[in-house]
Amino acid sequence: MAAAVLAAPFLASEYWINAIIVPFLILSLAGLGLNLLTGYAGQLSLGAGAFMMVGAYATFALQLRVPDLPLPLALIVAGLIAGAVGMVFGLPSTRIKGFYLIVSTLAAQFFFEWLFLKFPWFYNGNSSATIALSRGLSVFGLDANGPHGRYYLTLGAVALITLLSFNLIRSQTGRNWMAIRDMDTAAAVIGVPVLHAKLQAFAVSSFILGIAGALWAFAYLGSASVQSFGLHRSYQILFIIIIGGLGTIRGAFFGAAFVSLLPLVLDWLFQYLLSGQVDAGLLQNVQKAIFGILIIWFLIREPEGLSRLLAIRRTASRRLFPS
Amino acid sequence: MGIHAAPALEVRNVSLSFKGVKAISDLSFRVEGKEICALIGPNGAGKSSLLNIINGVYVPDSGEIVFEGEHFQRMRPGDAARRGIGRGFQNNALFSGMSVIDNVIAGLSRHSKVALVEEMFRLPRARREESDFRERAHAVLHLFDLEKHANTPVGMLPYGVQKKVEMARAIVAEPRLLLLDEPLAGMNAGEKQEIAAVIQRLNAELKLTVVLIEHDVGIVLKLAHHVVVLDYGRKLADGPPEAIRDNKDVIAAYIGSDHAEVAV
Amino acid sequence: MSMFLETLIGGLLSGTMYSLVAIGFVLIYKASGVFNYAQGSLLLFAALTFVTLTENGVPAYAAIAITVALLIATAIAIEKLLLRPLTNRSPMTLFMATLGLSYVVEGVAQGIMGSQVRALNLGIEDLPIFVGDILISQFDLVAAGVALALVVVLSLLFNRTRIGIQLRGVADDTRAALSLGIDINRIWQIVWAVAGLVGLVAGLLWGARQGVQFSLSLVVLKALPVLIIGGFTSIPGAIVGGLIVGAGESLAETYIGPFLGGGITPWLVDAAGFALLFVGRGGPAGGGSRGGV
Repeated sequence: MAAAVLAAPFLASEYWINAIIVPFLILSLAGLGLNLLTGYAGQLSLGAGAFMMVGAYATFALQLRVPDLPLPLALIVAGLIAGAVGMVFGLPSTRIKGFYLIVSTLAAQFFFEWLFLKFPWFYNGNSSATIALSRGLSVFGLDANGPHGRYYLTLGAVALITLLSFNLIRSQTGRNWMAIRDMDTAAAVIGVPVLHAKLQAFAVSSFILGIAGALWAFAYLGSASVQSFGLHRSYQILFIIIIGGLGTIRGAFFGAAFVSLLPLVLDWLFQYLLSGQVDAGLLQNVQKAIFGILIIWFLIREPEGLSRLLAIRRTASRRLFPS
Repeated sequence: MGIHAAPALEVRNVSLSFKGVKAISDLSFRVEGKEICALIGPNGAGKSSLLNIINGVYVPDSGEIVFEGEHFQRMRPGDAARRGIGRGFQNNALFSGMSVIDNVIAGLSRHSKVALVEEMFRLPRARREESDFRERAHAVLHLFDLEKHANTPVGMLPYGVQKKVEMARAIVAEPRLLLLDEPLAGMNAGEKQEIAAVIQRLNAELKLTVVLIEHDVGIVLKLAHHVVVLDYGRKLADGPPEAIRDNKDVIAAYIGSDHAEVAV
Repeated sequence: MSMFLETLIGGLLSGTMYSLVAIGFVLIYKASGVFNYAQGSLLLFAALTFVTLTENGVPAYAAIAITVALLIATAIAIEKLLLRPLTNRSPMTLFMATLGLSYVVEGVAQGIMGSQVRALNLGIEDLPIFVGDILISQFDLVAAGVALALVVVLSLLFNRTRIGIQLRGVADDTRAALSLGIDINRIWQIVWAVAGLVGLVAGLLWGARQGVQFSLSLVVLKALPVLIIGGFTSIPGAIVGGLIVGAGESLAETYIGPFLGGGITPWLVDAAGFALLFVGRGGPAGGGSRGGV
């Protein structure tokens, strides 16, 4: 399995890598980030798009103004910036619970959508308000601009972060998060540092989302703007983890796979059934409706999403991605 | 049980009301160090609310709590834990998404000295602390005969077993005062004896002060050193078990309630 | 001074429109404890249906009747397929379900009726009325009047009719209501239908103001600050909250806006809401929580 993953770029077509696999990996990463916050720590957030945005714009600013900074380091610093921002917007979570938190995360979403458009400094004044890496992608001196490079860059980031997240979940911090999610009053009473742990959740989650955002902008899209990270993106990431399975690491991957592949499947289905007469708008709306129905269905039947469904069907073969 | 030593816990003139209904009225009593004090009384007598006040979950309208010589008008839940007050809840406030052992290890959370980054990279110090905590949790599980359930998600276990897990979680951090809310509920006679024996051992060996709420008056009279009877948020009687058993007011209060399990 | 008054009055009037949307949320939250993220989508659905029907030659009265019937059917479907299977689940789960619901409603509505902007003409002309030096929009005035009328109707409904009293019973104490034999499911269906109707009125007014298009469903985001200020369970609170948010928005845009550049209203209002929450003023969990453990 590991061999297949490493060799993938040589087996798959360029189209597949560019349009399916790379975005799938990045969405999984974003899903992982949000899942730590929402699935494990129980803090509902509609601000995933905002933190991705911060990461992307921070990377752009770093690459532009600190030219000697190598890309991997820039990504990490951008992630840290996103993490810090996440902590600030996570502060209300110490006072407010449940779905009131979405107001704070929505405020973050709208605030950054406004901020990055309003001040030309953020996008270096170009006329279309977009950001792109002028020097392209390079990792340790190697050119990562082609599909292979982007694949490995993304894969490396995703693999490393997944491993670190896995360690975190299995540790005291992970337990603290789940305690807070399940019953935060009791958690406080038995000595879990609730405030501290909540802020940690926001910080780590936003760090990961920031890196995902930067990768989305530069390893997938090439150039991005505020629109790439709007509220719809926040919804999308939340749906990924609901469908994939809240509170599991592999859930993010299943959800992202689903979200990446569904449009293709629908498109193919429509082409097949209606022989080519597909209105793009209609397709989008059908997709939307299907997503909605699936969300509701999963919440009713299987709150642990695809990861539970697939686990039941799995045989005794050892899982690659632990939960 | 010396009345000369400073009490471990003192409740002074505590009052609490919800939406105009007085849950606790001007309640005062003392708990001596290393004793087992039982709070009994009909349902709705304000007993759980009192525990919640000591733990910092509720804020009393008036009065104060004195714990180990320090006065508190309001306690924060985190502080209560830090000061060594452990708690078992009536409705099993267990973390339903986690396994038995993870629930118990969660009880050690406040003793963790390891930073986030160390955990992420599984640095040696983090690994050591994790295995140390795991060992301590296993020891406590053993005490309650829960080892076989260690990796079971807590939500799948019967109520009586869950209660044991909750108690295990409450004592793993070695508290000095343990508050238990109906620790024997949902158990059969044999299990009750077993747990009562564990509580006795904890009290004797670890010198743990215990305040517990319990409805099985028979067991309480045998287990506790000191009994406080509450009725409608007011103290009805306060003294050693023998005195309580013969107290006419207490008997009257119980005949009026439907939860009397007096096995004399 | 007159500029200030003008801005203020304009803000208050448009605030009643926010109140209208917020009332839909309050109804549902009061009766079923759910924050219905899909309220905006239902608003869009209602407005779209009406517009599509009238565009195709259906007379206004019939169009309203058909839309109302559809909304009632939708409410029943939501109760049966979403609320009932999710009884006793956490508020977060329910909220996420309504998020999913919003996607379903929007997808279906726009899939069937198209996504282009449609003009909605309710026959209310947006003529300026002058009171002394102050310019007031006639449309805003009518909208405020309608909102007021709706509130009167709703309060009559809750206080004078049997259903209304049952509704309040359910809102206060669901378990007690159940033990009295009140049919909770029927109540929920009714509440969601009424919320749908409120959404219809709001949708028509908003649609007339800014055209019937997807962004209508985003009014839910405007409603949040209103609900934080006014509380999630009070209709008078929703009204007051709406007025405050409307006035605040209008004043901020005019007086603070030029310093920060336009377009600040979406997040400024949310940020103010979040500041309030942080200070602990709003939300049902206000001060120290007495959540039973």
